[in-house]
Amino acid sequence: MKHLLSISDLSKPEAISILDTATELARVSDGAVKKLPTLRGRTIVNLFAEDSTRTRISFEAAAKRLSADVINFSAKGSSVSKGESLKDTAMTLQAMGADAVVIRHPASGAAQRLADSEWMSGSVVNAGDGTHEHPSQALLDAFTIRKHLGMGGSDLSGLNVAIVGDILHSRVARSNVLLLSMLGAKVTLVAPPTLLPVGIQNWPATVSYDFDAVIPHVDVVMMLRVQQERMSDLFFPNAREYSRYFGLNGERMANMKSGAIVMHPGPMNRGLEISAEVADSARSVITEQVTNGVSVRMAILYVLLAGGALEVGSN
Amino acid sequence: MTTADFLIKGASLPDGKKADISISNGVIASVGSGFKGEAHTVIDGKDCVVLPGLVDLHTHLREPGREDAETVLSGSSAGVKGGFTAVSAMANTSPVADTAGVVEQVYRLGQEAGLLDVFPIGAVTQGLKGESLSEIGAMADSVARVRVFSDDGNCVSDPLVMRRALEYIKKFGGVIAQHAQDPRMTIGSQMNEGEISARLGLKGWPAVAEEAIIARDVLLADHVKSRLHICHLTTAGGVEIIRWAKARGIDVTAEVTPHHLLLTDDLASSYDPVYKVNPPLRTESDVHALREALADGTIDIVATDHAPHPTESKECEWQEAAFGMLGLETALSIVQKTMIDTGLMNWVQVADRMSIAPARIGGYEKHGQPLVVGSIANLVVINPTKKWTVDRDLVLSKSSNTPYHGHELPGVITHTFFKGKATYSNGIVSSTGGK
Repeated sequence: MKHLLSISDLSKPEAISILDTATELARVSDGAVKKLPTLRGRTIVNLFAEDSTRTRISFEAAAKRLSADVINFSAKGSSVSKGESLKDTAMTLQAMGADAVVIRHPASGAAQRLADSEWMSGSVVNAGDGTHEHPSQALLDAFTIRKHLGMGGSDLSGLNVAIVGDILHSRVARSNVLLLSMLGAKVTLVAPPTLLPVGIQNWPATVSYDFDAVIPHVDVVMMLRVQQERMSDLFFPNAREYSRYFGLNGERMANMKSGAIVMHPGPMNRGLEISAEVADSARSVITEQVTNGVSVRMAILYVLLAGGALEVGSN
Repeated sequence: MTTADFLIKGASLPDGKKADISISNGVIASVGSGFKGEAHTVIDGKDCVVLPGLVDLHTHLREPGREDAETVLSGSSAGVKGGFTAVSAMANTSPVADTAGVVEQVYRLGQEAGLLDVFPIGAVTQGLKGESLSEIGAMADSVARVRVFSDDGNCVSDPLVMRRALEYIKKFGGVIAQHAQDPRMTIGSQMNEGEISARLGLKGWPAVAEEAIIARDVLLADHVKSRLHICHLTTAGGVEIIRWAKARGIDVTAEVTPHHLLLTDDLASSYDPVYKVNPPLRTESDVHALREALADGTIDIVATDHAPHPTESKECEWQEAAFGMLGLETALSIVQKTMIDTGLMNWVQVADRMSIAPARIGGYEKHGQPLVVGSIANLVVINPTKKWTVDRDLVLSKSSNTPYHGHELPGVITHTFFKGKATYSNGIVSSTGGK
C-alpha cells in the first residue's frame, strides 16, 4: 500500500491490520520513552491548505514518535494562500525530498490528484479533502469503538452505529460509513433530509430522520459538527430547531443502551449538536478519540512507509 | 472538356450510392459515374463517405481575450481537421460579443483565416449579465449578419429578459440559444448530482436545474411565438420536455454534444478535471435517452461546445478547474462511434444532424446544401472503416483538454473542402486557407 486516500483503498484485512498495528503502537505511547526509531531519516510533510490544528498536531506527534523529520506547511503564511497551484506546491515538496505528504485540503479529490500526478513520488495520506473523505479519522473512530465495544473479535460485527448530523458535507461520515460497514457494523445515518446527499441510496447504511427512534437501539452515537455556514443556506430553519430534533442532550442520552458510547470528531459546538452534559458525561469517549488518533496515525505512517503492518506481539 | 479542380472517385454518398464527385470553380460540377474529363487532383474515395461540410452551432474560439487558449485561426484549423466548413463563435469572449464591433471583428478574423466560415453568435444581454438586452439589432444588421443569440456559459435566467429577447429577435427571424441552467440551483456545482457526486463529495448539478429552464422557455417561446434553441441538452427529462413541446408545435430545436453522447459522470471518480464540463456528464440512462432522441429527431443537431482551456486551468484540483472540453477534431468520430456503429443512425441522418439542420437553424444558406450539381462545394470525406488514436499533444487546437486522449476512435477524415478548395487533406491543413 503506497497511499491512503479513501477507505475504499483498503481491504478488510488491511483495515484490521492497521487497527492491530495501532494497538501495538499504543503500548509505545504508554511507555516512558514514547519513541520508535522506525522512520529515522524519513521526511514527512504536513501540507495543510485548510485550518485544522487538531489533525495536524496528531499527525505531527505520530510522525515524531516514529522518529521521522516533520515539516509543517500550512496555508496561512505559505504560498498556498498566495495562489500557488497544487502542482507547484507538490513539485516544491518533491524537490525537498518528502517521503510522504499528509494533505488537508478544502477541495474534494485533492489528495488523489497529488497521488495520481507525476508531480511528486512520495506517499500521500489524505487528512481530509473537502467534503469527500477523512480516512484516518474513520480508522481512529473504528479503533476507539473496537477498544470499547469489540466483542473480542477483530472487527465490529454485531454493533449498531448512528452517525448524526450534516452527512451531506461530512468527510468524516463518508469515511466512517465505508469503514464501519466493511468491519461488520450496521450504520444508521440520522439527519434532516436537506443534509443527506441525493444518491445516498446505494450507501451501505440505512437512513432515518428520527433521532429518537434510533437512539435506544445503537451502541455508538457519533455526532457531527454543524458548520456555521450551513445556518444561512436553508438547510434548516434555525439552530434551535436543529438542536431540538438532531442534538444530543441529556434527555436523549438517557434513552441510550447501557454501555453505549458517544463520539464526536471535534471541534464540538457545545449547545448545538451536543450539550455540555453529554460531552462531559461518562459515555463520552471524545478525548479518548484524540489520544487514539496518534496511535492510529502512527500505524498508518508505519504501514505506508515502513513497508507493512507490525506483527502483533513483536516489538 | 473542362478540367475539374478535384475528382473524388468511387466514394459513397450519404445514402450509400457510389458516385464520383467533381469540383470546379467552388461548386459541385458533377455527381455520378458520368465524369469523363481530367482533374487536377484525383482522390481515391474507396471505403469513404462524402458528407456536406459539417456546421457547428456551438464553438468557443476564445478570441478576443483568451488567445492563449484558442484563436480564430487555431480553432479554424481544428475545425477543418474535424470536417467543419462553418463554426459559430460563442459570445463569451473578452470583451463579450455584445456589440456590432466585436462580432464584426470575429467575423473578419474568420474571413482572414479563410479555412471555414466563422459565424459570430451575439450575446443576448450586455456583458452576459442577464439584465439588459445587448445591441441585438445592430449585430443583426452588421457585416456579421448575426442571427443566433446566446449568453452561453450563463443562462438567461430572468424570465422577463428571456421573454423580451425571444420577442425582439422575431424582427429579423433570429433565434435565442439558451444555456439552460437555473443559477440558484447550481451555485458552486461541480458535476451531475447523483450517486457519484454523493460518493465523491463534489457539489451536485441536478438535472432539474436544466429541465426547469427548458420547460419555462418552451412555454415562453410558445406564448410569444418565437424561435428557441436549447444548447447542449444533457438529461432524459429535458428530452421529454422537448418532445412534448415539438408535439405541441412549439418552434424549438435542441442540440446535443458528442461528449454527452458517450461519456458518463463516473469518469469524475478520477478527479481529473479533463472530465469537468458544463453542463456536466450525466448517467448512462441519460446517454441512452440522448442517443434515441438524436436518432428520432427530437434532438435536431450535434454541436460540439468546443471549449479550449490552457493547461493550468485543468492541471489542478477539480473544483478549481475550468469547465469544458475540446470537441471539433473528434466530433464526427464520436458520432460515428455512438450513432452509426451502434446502428442507431445512418449517414443520411448524420448529414442532417451535423450539417443540414444546424445550417438551417443558424440561417447559413451556403452550408448544408445537398450533394448535387451546382451546390457550393463544402464537403467532408470520411473513411469510416479506418481508426485513429487521439493524442492530446497532436491536436490542432491551441489547448489540449480533450477527454479522449489515448482513445482509439473510428472514422478518419481524409479531406475537407470549403468553397471548392481543400482546406484539409490527409492530415495537412491548407496553409493558404480557402483563399
